[in-house]
Amino acid sequence: MRPHITGLGVVTPFGIGVDPYWSALLESANAIGPITRFDGGRYATGIAGEHPGFDPRDHLPARLLPQTDRVTQFALVATRDALDDAAIPDGAYAEHASAVVTANNGGGFEFAQKEMQALWSRGPAHVSAYQSFAWFYAVNTGQISIRHNLRGAARALVTDDTGGMEAVGQARRQLRHDCELVLAGAVDTNLCPWGWSAYTSAGLMATDPDPRTAYRPFSPHADGFVSGEGGAIMTVERPDRTGSRAAYAAIAGFASTFDGVARDGRGLERAIRVALDDAEVDAGDVDVVFADGFGTREMDDREARAITAVFGSGGVPVTVPKTGIGRLGCAGSALDVATACLAIAKQVVPPTPRYELSEAASALHVVDHPAAGRVHTALVLARGRGGFNSAMVLTKPHTELDSD
Amino acid sequence: MTSTRRVVVSGIGVVAPGAPGRKNFWNLISEGRTATRIMTLVDPTPFRSRVAAEVDFDPASCGLSAAEVARLDRVGQFALVALREAIEDSGIDLGQGDPGRTGVVVGTAVGSTPALESEYVRMSGRGTAWEVDESLASPHYYDYYIPSSIAAELAVEVGAEGPVSVVSSGCTSGLDAVAHAVELVREGTVDRAVCGASDAPISPITIACFDAIKATTPRLDEPERALRPFDKSRNGFVLGEGAAMFVIEELESARRRGAPIYGELSGFASRCNAYHMTGLRPDGVEMAAAITAALDQAGLAPTDIGYVNAHGSGTKQNDRHETAAFKLALGEHAYRTPVSSIKSMVGHSLGAIGSIEIAACLLALQHRLLPPTANWTERDPECDLDYVPVHAREAAPEHVLSVGSGFGGFQSAMIISKAGATR
Repeated sequence: MRPHITGLGVVTPFGIGVDPYWSALLESANAIGPITRFDGGRYATGIAGEHPGFDPRDHLPARLLPQTDRVTQFALVATRDALDDAAIPDGAYAEHASAVVTANNGGGFEFAQKEMQALWSRGPAHVSAYQSFAWFYAVNTGQISIRHNLRGAARALVTDDTGGMEAVGQARRQLRHDCELVLAGAVDTNLCPWGWSAYTSAGLMATDPDPRTAYRPFSPHADGFVSGEGGAIMTVERPDRTGSRAAYAAIAGFASTFDGVARDGRGLERAIRVALDDAEVDAGDVDVVFADGFGTREMDDREARAITAVFGSGGVPVTVPKTGIGRLGCAGSALDVATACLAIAKQVVPPTPRYELSEAASALHVVDHPAAGRVHTALVLARGRGGFNSAMVLTKPHTELDSD
Repeated sequence: MTSTRRVVVSGIGVVAPGAPGRKNFWNLISEGRTATRIMTLVDPTPFRSRVAAEVDFDPASCGLSAAEVARLDRVGQFALVALREAIEDSGIDLGQGDPGRTGVVVGTAVGSTPALESEYVRMSGRGTAWEVDESLASPHYYDYYIPSSIAAELAVEVGAEGPVSVVSSGCTSGLDAVAHAVELVREGTVDRAVCGASDAPISPITIACFDAIKATTPRLDEPERALRPFDKSRNGFVLGEGAAMFVIEELESARRRGAPIYGELSGFASRCNAYHMTGLRPDGVEMAAAITAALDQAGLAPTDIGYVNAHGSGTKQNDRHETAAFKLALGEHAYRTPVSSIKSMVGHSLGAIGSIEIAACLLALQHRLLPPTANWTERDPECDLDYVPVHAREAAPEHVLSVGSGFGGFQSAMIISKAGATR
């Protein structure tokens, strides 16, 4: 059974919703700029892909605002949009057959920084009652389930930047057992001083202050990534339960691997091969690869080697649309899945802005302009720091074939 | 798609309040002793609730190297120590076979909270600055920020190259993580996994946030009797810490290598109450639905359950909710089934406790002895089941049920069966 992705909700540095996001991708627009949410100039990296002008009051009831971090507010907006997009009729699913699976990296971290400040500057009596649930990694799963009465098997995963894809993969697993609809994906933001410094102090992010050149996956000048905020939540359903409603894509294959001690990129290659095998798809059937694009030379070289090992030199179009918005923590891999869904639905591969290839990556065939044509099978790759690899194969949906 | 692969536990490692180690843990809970005391890890003076269940943990005597102590915070240290005990117990050589067929799943509710808090205090000048000083961060700050670092640490330790993940569904994490690993074996993605959960949440921010909602007990007079699940005088939980890790594998491969088999993880299901981030529906309908679905997966009837290891956190609402759920799911059989909460002895270690309770169930099957609910003296009319008060009880159930309930609405139920007792 290949579950269908039927609704998408995205929050990105280009705004709320699929349409502004897709248009910006086709224009190779750049949303990376100086940080405005705090004094970015004080940190080793001061640029980010910020979501501009978000006012939660436009989207959520007043009572939810004091108890939620920005990341949870994003998650609730994306979920609402995914459900609206899928247009699932009321009562289509039994009460305990609808569930939520999200991934997280830091939880409600800005909320937690405020409460830490209250605790340490003013004392325990000044800590908010909401702190007990606004920070932890399961907060988005819990709040989404409450807001939309999703009472099936809920889960929250943490696997660094592969998390969003892992959540979608877990949705497939649950649809094979006791669920019929899963809201899956991730949103993320590290844009508060305390969260930001976890990344800057690890030396992971680009120190080039120019927003137009700092994040350039596979480039000879790559010296780190730029962080962005936002993500994607999607409705994933059993294909035999969607009726006449359209689907973006089917989840045909999925695999996760760990690098082990070697850290030589073969873990990613293995993930690709297992996912293709799981999907019963040959490498030659893949129309596009959405690369992880970590943005450091070492990690980019490993990814280029893995892609080339499976597909051969120039053997498959490769794109890294996130170049214009930065890496969205654990949510970037969920957004890449959503982007692949759009590519399949629209039969267009979105381009990689401003790419330039290092020698090690020179065998990659990178898509640099919107490429209309056959997009029936897409491979999406994700990696996380520490050795995490995930790969997902999405195909053009076919209700009868996918229901087996 | 019904899978025929059956999954068993062949190794157990425990770091629980009191002295670390599986045997120390079993001795404590089977003798009905408690490890709750006035907290020592944090100065209790400013807080409403000042009792904790702490591990008497010396990393060096638990076998950790200086480099491991420097790299890992307490939650990671607990996980690694418990993992090594589990592997030694199972006698498995994870270096044999395809490393891609070994998975790692770790549950944690709040990950490296104490280390994050230390980082915050240093970088913010004890809360005086909103813009923090990144130059004061420790080299491990990023690993504290994202707790998948704990799973990565364990994966490197055992040489696993299959799926590696952290499951963080609040206070059901310890059940859900093990269930996640079982799913990976059942579906054929891996043949074996190391799994379990760890939490070390005793830190000012954690204590303060539970104080703020009065979830933890304010009792000070008898710290060793502070947590009183299902008792009429219960008034909140006691924060705990610890870890339990398991080696799980497919039944036939465990048999082939003559491994000790503690039991089979025969059924699991979870539900979400979609009600309130910290509140529970009084009728317990989601937990009951999870229990029923877990029984279905195991192919069992309610009357097959011979013992229930309760969540039993000792808050007013939890114990009432849970009692209602047991009656709803098990019917009249609920009144004939012994139910106990080991939290009375080892406190509530948030995400870790679900795995520690699985360890308690497996050891209860092995020893044919049900751990008691310590500190139970006075009956609450709303909690009218058999809670195995004070003293352990001899019994030889074939199948036991362990449940968890957590903030965010998570409700999970797992069925653990004596090896050979199913189908």
